[in-house]
Amino acid sequence: MRSTTAGAATPAVAFHSVSRSFGDVLAVREVSFEIADGEFFAMLGPSGSGKTTCLRLIAGFEQPSGGRIEIHGDDVSGTPPYARDVTTVFQDYALFPHMSVGENVEYALMIRKVAKAERRRRAGEMLELVRLAGLYDRKPAQLSGGQRQRVALARALINRPRVLLLDEPLGALDLKLREQMQLELKSLQRSVGITFVYVTHDQGEALAMSDRLAVFNHGRIEQIGSPADVYDHPASAFVAGFVGQTNLVEGYLAQRLGGFPGNYAIRPERIRIVAPDAPVEPGWACIDGTVVSTTYLGASVRVQVAVEGGELAVIEQNLDGGPTRAGRGPGAVVQLQVERRHVQALAASAG
Amino acid sequence: MNTLALPADGPLRRLSTRLIGGPRLMLFLLLAPPLAWLGIIYLGSLFALLAQSFFSIDEFSGVVVREFSFATYREFLGNPSNHDIVLRTVTMAACVTVACAVIAFPIAYYSVRFAGPRLKALIYLGVMLPLWSSYLVRVYSWKLILAREGIVNWFANALGLGGVLEAVLELPVVGGPSLSTSHLGTFIVFVYIWLPFMILPVIAALERVPASVIEASGDLGARPRETFRRVILPLAFPGIVAGSIFTFSLTLGDYIIPGIIGPSTPYLGQAVYAHQGVAGNIPMAAAFTIVPIVIMGAYLALAKRLGAFDAL
Amino acid sequence: MPSDRHGARPGIALRTAALGGMLFLHVPIAIIVLYAFSSESKSFVFPIPGFTLKWFGVAFQRPDIREALLLSLQVAAVSTIVAMILGTLAAAAVWRSRFFGREAVSLLLILPIALPGIITGIALRAALNLAEIPFSFWTIVIGHATFCIVVVYNNVLARFRRTNRALIEASMDLGADGFQTLRHVILPNIATALLAGGMLAFALSFDEVIVTTFTAGQQSTLPIWMLSELVRPRERPVTNVVAVFVIAVTFVPIVLAFRLTRDTQDVAGSTK
Repeated sequence: MRSTTAGAATPAVAFHSVSRSFGDVLAVREVSFEIADGEFFAMLGPSGSGKTTCLRLIAGFEQPSGGRIEIHGDDVSGTPPYARDVTTVFQDYALFPHMSVGENVEYALMIRKVAKAERRRRAGEMLELVRLAGLYDRKPAQLSGGQRQRVALARALINRPRVLLLDEPLGALDLKLREQMQLELKSLQRSVGITFVYVTHDQGEALAMSDRLAVFNHGRIEQIGSPADVYDHPASAFVAGFVGQTNLVEGYLAQRLGGFPGNYAIRPERIRIVAPDAPVEPGWACIDGTVVSTTYLGASVRVQVAVEGGELAVIEQNLDGGPTRAGRGPGAVVQLQVERRHVQALAASAG
Repeated sequence: MNTLALPADGPLRRLSTRLIGGPRLMLFLLLAPPLAWLGIIYLGSLFALLAQSFFSIDEFSGVVVREFSFATYREFLGNPSNHDIVLRTVTMAACVTVACAVIAFPIAYYSVRFAGPRLKALIYLGVMLPLWSSYLVRVYSWKLILAREGIVNWFANALGLGGVLEAVLELPVVGGPSLSTSHLGTFIVFVYIWLPFMILPVIAALERVPASVIEASGDLGARPRETFRRVILPLAFPGIVAGSIFTFSLTLGDYIIPGIIGPSTPYLGQAVYAHQGVAGNIPMAAAFTIVPIVIMGAYLALAKRLGAFDAL
Repeated sequence: MPSDRHGARPGIALRTAALGGMLFLHVPIAIIVLYAFSSESKSFVFPIPGFTLKWFGVAFQRPDIREALLLSLQVAAVSTIVAMILGTLAAAAVWRSRFFGREAVSLLLILPIALPGIITGIALRAALNLAEIPFSFWTIVIGHATFCIVVVYNNVLARFRRTNRALIEASMDLGADGFQTLRHVILPNIATALLAGGMLAFALSFDEVIVTTFTAGQQSTLPIWMLSELVRPRERPVTNVVAVFVIAVTFVPIVLAFRLTRDTQDVAGSTK
């Protein structure tokens, strides 16, 4: 199956103007992107944005209505899931309920007619890798959510696929476990060196884990880039709003802070609150305002400031402790300053 | 630890790929055998039946004339004793349905509301067993019970109620020379045989009444009796309608029970059986079966509007 | 509507009515069993004068009963197999995809048990008559399989609906083709429901008399034999023994079917 021209430069997955419609609904609209070999690639977006459909197109559970998908350089049009060197960790894990944990993990080897002893040995290794050694004979129903998730990982990884697809794999876990699994997944990906394609609606998860991420909206990709790229230079109001918090400014305020008319995004933590008469450094913009409210967030404090032409949110690190900082009470007169390079010009968003 | 390639493509794997690539073909292959069976054998037979009701029987030779005519229907509608048969059968079906609902409801209500898991399973199995099995044996048991020298008479006499039994049997219409040859006997056996078909849908409907609804009614100040009448009973109603589809339909079509227990006045099923059997008059038998088909068609349409299909 | 948590007790009237209803369902069956051991052969006299096992021996010596039993078992076995195949295929098709006419297919499957049995019977009889097909073993099987399909279909479809579709995708994703997925994932998951449906179909077929009278011709299944005994009694104690035997043969698969589906419900409940 593998073409001879495939080399290091061949992307693991490539979409060329891929569309997928369900009846009248266009779930994916002419999407093109490439995922490099060995990359941890996140597909981020709200539900219904087309990210899961893209994942299912890679797995082969869906066939594109138009366009072309290549996996390691091979056109996979019409190739069924079982003939693709790609495996999936499902959102609800999809463990076979009638099989033991070990039989689940061995499944890919059993299908490939590997001898029983060898199968068992390799399943043991995989279970050790995901820290479930000794649970070989359990039934999936007897495991906790986090354990099931590891079994699903072990099952998907046992035959060393070249691409692993993960469909919101941590969605069903509670916060603490989710954070721990994020770290584990990331280090697992580094150690096995497999391309991970990770679907999530949690922007924090995408930022924390991925090498690059694609932001989906209405069946299209709004932006692809490294987490820092996407966060610092959002291409559209949608991306700016979906990835992290942001102030969207336009009209007078845009002219004042950006220097030119247009649409801009400013991250709240990039704005600083200073005394009304504080000097302004070159390359910085400033505007006077009045504090409307403050919200205590623990590690930080969010301050809403009314300014001419709108309101801006500012996030200050909570360096002093205590519920409110001096001079931040409602009605306090302040000056806001922001470095011009952090005032990010936006293209009009598709959404 | 290397990736293992899949075994080379065998014929099965190629066929699988072909089927997955063409979901329509796969659907066709799945549906074709059952649809062919039911479509050709079952629907085909129903049409054959319908067609035969438009044939007629030659009065002199007794041979079926295979020509389209309404003669059979004219004869069917023109004979007043046929009207009696239909009326008798429908009345019986209605009485049986009401009696089944009355007996079934307490069982279902107790099972759902008060029984623990073990007792609930026991009741369920206790209803399943007679529903699925031994139809004829269960009819037969009533022949033993209702016989002149049988249990009912013995108990009635032992308790000094022999006179009451006699009085009941002397009632017009329902009575008769003995229980096993009276309409009352037929009625009891019908109720007995079809009762499980009523209990299960009512249980299913009651299971779907959320506890929160009952609690809400209680919170709003309704007394238990009010809650029962205004909340539980209306919610159980689709289940009763669903059960009535079976009790009604099964009574309409049965020809064995009234043949074994009861006076020898014929019911619909017996008329059909007699016409096709001894008389060899399949056209008339076919015309008779149109009656339950039409009644059940109307009944199903009504039941659907009452939401009974969700409770099936 | 789960059990009452406020500890409300059922009233005496409700308890009596429920108990009375259940007794009404089961006492007659118990009575049949009682009569099978009766030493009185001429009538249904009660109380039973004495008990004996001799009628069991007599019944099993009778060639007509043995032939009828054999025919019934064969018909039930073949009808069940046909119903298991066709019912499972139909359930798989209805579960797998939403196609045009899906409702009509469900209705068609249910029709043979929703309409009175006599209609199925007379319709088959009319069709056999028109097509001039002689009665045979297979005409009985055709009638039985027709109303048994829906039993298997209902059981298997209910299981399919509780089965996670992603299991099939997971299997194919791990390298199994459609047939391997069928063998290793789909069949093991529906096995108990399929078996339960088959058991119920077997009990239903073994016990069926209404349709059979129209498609059997001169052949005698066990229920047909019983029916003729009911209409024209010859040796009542033998009939009683056969009745008990029919109860036993039909109860066993039903209880097994109940256990099979109940166990999996428990499993499904614990994975939630």
